Amino acid sequence: MADLANDGRKVKGSKASSAGTEFSGIGFSYWRRKVTSGFFTGLFSSSVLIVLLPLLLIIGYLFFKGASSVNLNFFIHRPAPVGEAGGGMGNGIIGSLFIVGLASLLGIPVGLLGGIFLGEFPHNKLSTVTRFVADVLNGTPSIVMGVFAYTVVVLPMKSFSAIAGGFALGVMMIPTIIRTTDEILQTVPLTIREASLALGVPYWRTVLSVVLRSAKSGIVTGILLSIARVLGETAPLLFTSFNNAFFSYSFTQPISSLSVQIFSYAISPYEDWHRQAWAGALVLVVGILAVNLAVRAFSRQKYEQTV
Amino acid sequence: MAVEIEGIFVPQEAIKVERKSAVQADHVFKFVLGVFAFSVVVLLVWLGIQLYISSLPAFKALGFWDFIKGTTWDPVSGVFGALPFIYGTIVTSFLALLIATPLGVGTALFLAELSPKWLKRSLQPLVELLAGIPSVIYGLWGIFILSPLMANTVEPFLSARLGFLPFFRGYPLGIGFLTAAVILAIMIVPFIISVSTEVLSTVPTPLKEGMYALGATRWETMKKVALPYARSGIFGSIILALARALGETMAVTMVIGNTPQISKSLFDPGYTMAAVIANEFTEATSDSYLSALVAIAFILLLITLLVNAVARWLIWRTTGVK
Amino acid sequence: MNRQYDNFVSHQSPTNNHLSGNQMSSELNIVDGTGIVAQDLKAYFGNLEVLKGINISISKKLVTAFIGPSGCGKTTFLRTLNRMHELAPNAYIKGRVLVDGTDIYTSSVDPVLVRRKIGMVFQKPNPFPTMSIYDNVVAGLKLTGMHRRKELDQTVEKSLVQAALWDEVKDSLHKSGASLSGGQQQRLCIARTLAVNPEVILMDEPASALDPLSTAKIEELIFQLKNTYTIIIVTHNMQQAARVSDFTAFFYLGELIEFSATSDMFTRPKKKQTEDYITGRFG
Repeated sequence: MADLANDGRKVKGSKASSAGTEFSGIGFSYWRRKVTSGFFTGLFSSSVLIVLLPLLLIIGYLFFKGASSVNLNFFIHRPAPVGEAGGGMGNGIIGSLFIVGLASLLGIPVGLLGGIFLGEFPHNKLSTVTRFVADVLNGTPSIVMGVFAYTVVVLPMKSFSAIAGGFALGVMMIPTIIRTTDEILQTVPLTIREASLALGVPYWRTVLSVVLRSAKSGIVTGILLSIARVLGETAPLLFTSFNNAFFSYSFTQPISSLSVQIFSYAISPYEDWHRQAWAGALVLVVGILAVNLAVRAFSRQKYEQTV
Repeated sequence: MAVEIEGIFVPQEAIKVERKSAVQADHVFKFVLGVFAFSVVVLLVWLGIQLYISSLPAFKALGFWDFIKGTTWDPVSGVFGALPFIYGTIVTSFLALLIATPLGVGTALFLAELSPKWLKRSLQPLVELLAGIPSVIYGLWGIFILSPLMANTVEPFLSARLGFLPFFRGYPLGIGFLTAAVILAIMIVPFIISVSTEVLSTVPTPLKEGMYALGATRWETMKKVALPYARSGIFGSIILALARALGETMAVTMVIGNTPQISKSLFDPGYTMAAVIANEFTEATSDSYLSALVAIAFILLLITLLVNAVARWLIWRTTGVK
Repeated sequence: MNRQYDNFVSHQSPTNNHLSGNQMSSELNIVDGTGIVAQDLKAYFGNLEVLKGINISISKKLVTAFIGPSGCGKTTFLRTLNRMHELAPNAYIKGRVLVDGTDIYTSSVDPVLVRRKIGMVFQKPNPFPTMSIYDNVVAGLKLTGMHRRKELDQTVEKSLVQAALWDEVKDSLHKSGASLSGGQQQRLCIARTLAVNPEVILMDEPASALDPLSTAKIEELIFQLKNTYTIIIVTHNMQQAARVSDFTAFFYLGELIEFSATSDMFTRPKKKQTEDYITGRFG
């Protein structure tokens, strides 16, 4: 058919079409294209497998090496002196929760209130700057935050403390919560605010009672995610809350944490401590996973409500 | 008594008509919120200033550029040179990027273009899971599982096949630059995957259809339409991953060997900025030692600040999201 | 089922082209091997059957228009002709589509090659924004390895001339494909399709997103192209169908209701539904 160009000359390379051969591929360049396409799609499919492999290995080994050591003892006891068998990481678990609790006292109010400002007045100059700063802070290494907390809390107090650890983690929670709150509030439709204002509800009340209530699950999600993130942090705690062989409930004394315990046990020369490090790691991952699942459950709840 | 507003119940007493005091309340409200938002800006500035001040003694005593170029780190004699750590940080991070980028972009292309929806939906949470594992746990796994694997299998293999290159000479300890780079690669690949998948999913279908209609294969369409369109975003995700790698502490310090040296061989132990701070901070006996470490933290802060700003700008350019 | 062929066979083709379609037996078994033939073609999105068994024979080097109300399946049918339909999730077909006697849906046929021979112009112009005008035109050519600058230059000029765009862009070929106006973008897409030298050009409402001036230009283009290419155009604009096409097919709710020479369809429609649609009783 189209083997004649518009001016009647035979176009180079075409062949008279005969039924049956037109659409089956022949010729080197065609096969090269097919093979190339197959090669790359195969390559990308295998990337997925390579990427997932470490995940499986890590989770697998955590269970394999740690599960047998996770028992009641582990949760109840504090570390035994070197050389003695038994002991657990109970103080580390309590300590982590304590520190994260302190961090939340700083991180949640500041992050939430700042986030409400960003969400309600998104095009304000302050909001634009704060948004950028929050993103920058989110990308700052946690160890730098730890050094900051050291200079601000530990040095004046002249000792390591739970408060210092809480400060370091709290300062990390602030930019995360601010951004998630900001983003959620911006998705709340204008009509909700307008409906409330039209009824005569003052603006500040509108935000607190109406807007926040509708964004509730998204905000809680953001908070839970930031908690999950700081639960696993180790570096900033190394020289703020430091470590403690005993159970501690004091604000001003060093305190143990699960992640720091795992670290110090892992680099120690004792087999028994290695075993406990695996157990601690398993508990930590399961804890963080639990928070993530709670987040997922919350988001699904919101979806079901709005549908 | 409650009134329903768009499905939300508001207490009756909220609905009162007050003029002047309501306006005043609104102003106070906005002001208070603004203070908290501003405090974040204050925080960053305070962070920078505080670290700078605490590093000043080191910079003054050693000279800023001499400190950065110094190759010896000998706290006992009071000699502090930051170059081994800067070197280690850059080498491990870029090597990690080299490993993670093809894997990450390839996986993103698979998820966005090739995989059926159900597979994408089940794989994405797994990728997020990888991102949520704490650094110390990667480190634990690194010490006991990855490091022996590197020492017994991977490094000897590389040494045998590629030993003519200076990178793969040296004793295969399993602890050093290469192992640290591998662990970093595993840790940063989820970020590349999630951002790249997102931007690749925004490629408009009519554009891809236009390419298919010309008789293009799948790969050709990816190469000529999807990738160019998503180029900025993908590049941004790579820079973001770099920023993460630069600041990673625990996993690195557990597998890099913590030896302040500059070596061409990737099998050799090394040190990074984050690792030395983590390891030696509590052992800093003198003020000058401490100040030197804080100075390293300050330099790390500057570097990650810059890299992060570049990354955010690139991602914003493609997706229009800040 | 065969009524539309009665129309077809008993009328002369309105143009002087040497081919005027297939001679079909009423059993649709004997085909003389030219043109595009659909045999009992059904199209699905998952469980939803959107085309309920289309039988049609489209002649070469003429313009055939598909008309019908929204959702009648005319665009879906168009997209089955160059195997674009199957790119949508859960989309598939049953039945046969024969091009020059070959069923393009058999397993030995590569859709990549089908789309080379049967090009498509889309409703909303979709030039590649990351490529220049020049690169847009040769995008398809570069796939088959034509790299020599001189050949590419010649093809670019020829295609843009054919698409009536050359004069407007010849001095700015390096500019981005997206920098043109809507009408120019669409002609660029046509040039891009022409550059790979297809035999058939499918057009899915090519002018519906354009202003009247650009629409007129596109219609003029169709007149110029039709002696060289087989053109099938989906349009919701009946006046456009009457203006440009030689044959018209009327679709409704996934079925082909009537297919005849355009002049006959609009003056003496055979079916009541056709008449209702043409006279605007439903849209």
